[in-house]
Amino acid sequence: MRVLYFAWLRERLDRSEQQVEPPEQVKTVADLINWMAENDEAFALAVEKRSLIRAAINAQIVSHDASLADAHTIALFPPMTGG
Amino acid sequence: MTVRVISQHFDPGEQINAFVKDHHGAGAAVTFTGLVRSSPSDPITTLTLECYPELAVNQLDAIRSEALTRFNLLAATIIHRYGTMKPGNPIVQVMTLAPHRGDAFDGAQFLMDYLKTDAPFWKKETGPAGTKWIESKSSDDRARARWE
Repeated sequence: MRVLYFAWLRERLDRSEQQVEPPEQVKTVADLINWMAENDEAFALAVEKRSLIRAAINAQIVSHDASLADAHTIALFPPMTGG
Repeated sequence: MTVRVISQHFDPGEQINAFVKDHHGAGAAVTFTGLVRSSPSDPITTLTLECYPELAVNQLDAIRSEALTRFNLLAATIIHRYGTMKPGNPIVQVMTLAPHRGDAFDGAQFLMDYLKTDAPFWKKETGPAGTKWIESKSSDDRARARWE
């Protein structure tokens, strides 16, 4: 599974994407964030304020309780500031 | 092309002229252009917009479709830039066309209020004080909420 990062989250992690192979019990976006945080201290710090992390699955915006079934690309990013 | 996410500069006047050209059934066209702002109290030298293009096109297409239906628009176009811009440069342009002005104004306002919070762009400004990411504003969330 491919994970993309944008804006200050990308800068704090010092990478724009990575490949992850989460275990079977990781079923939702929230599970994925928690699992990655457990395994990566820098990631844990960057996503400390979960309310500031938005997510998309396969280029569709989703909530943190969305299922990862059929997900090939997950994007994590801060609140959007377009316009 | 009714949704365009682009990295090149665009000319707002050319865009509106092309937009209104072939619509003879419309009585009202509204254009909003968002510009890079630099003020004496908050001077900046550049504004960089980061973007997730694939998601941006999906989000803007969905917002545009909803505006067309909700406000009975005859046409709507959204142009949004990303990359590095200078003060005065256009960032975004929304254009709506309707039989009467009320729907054209409301449609344009709706598009802007939604894309501020729902389109995956992130602004980073550079000025004398350094470089910083712009934080999202609760006033933008409130502006969007009034359409719900």
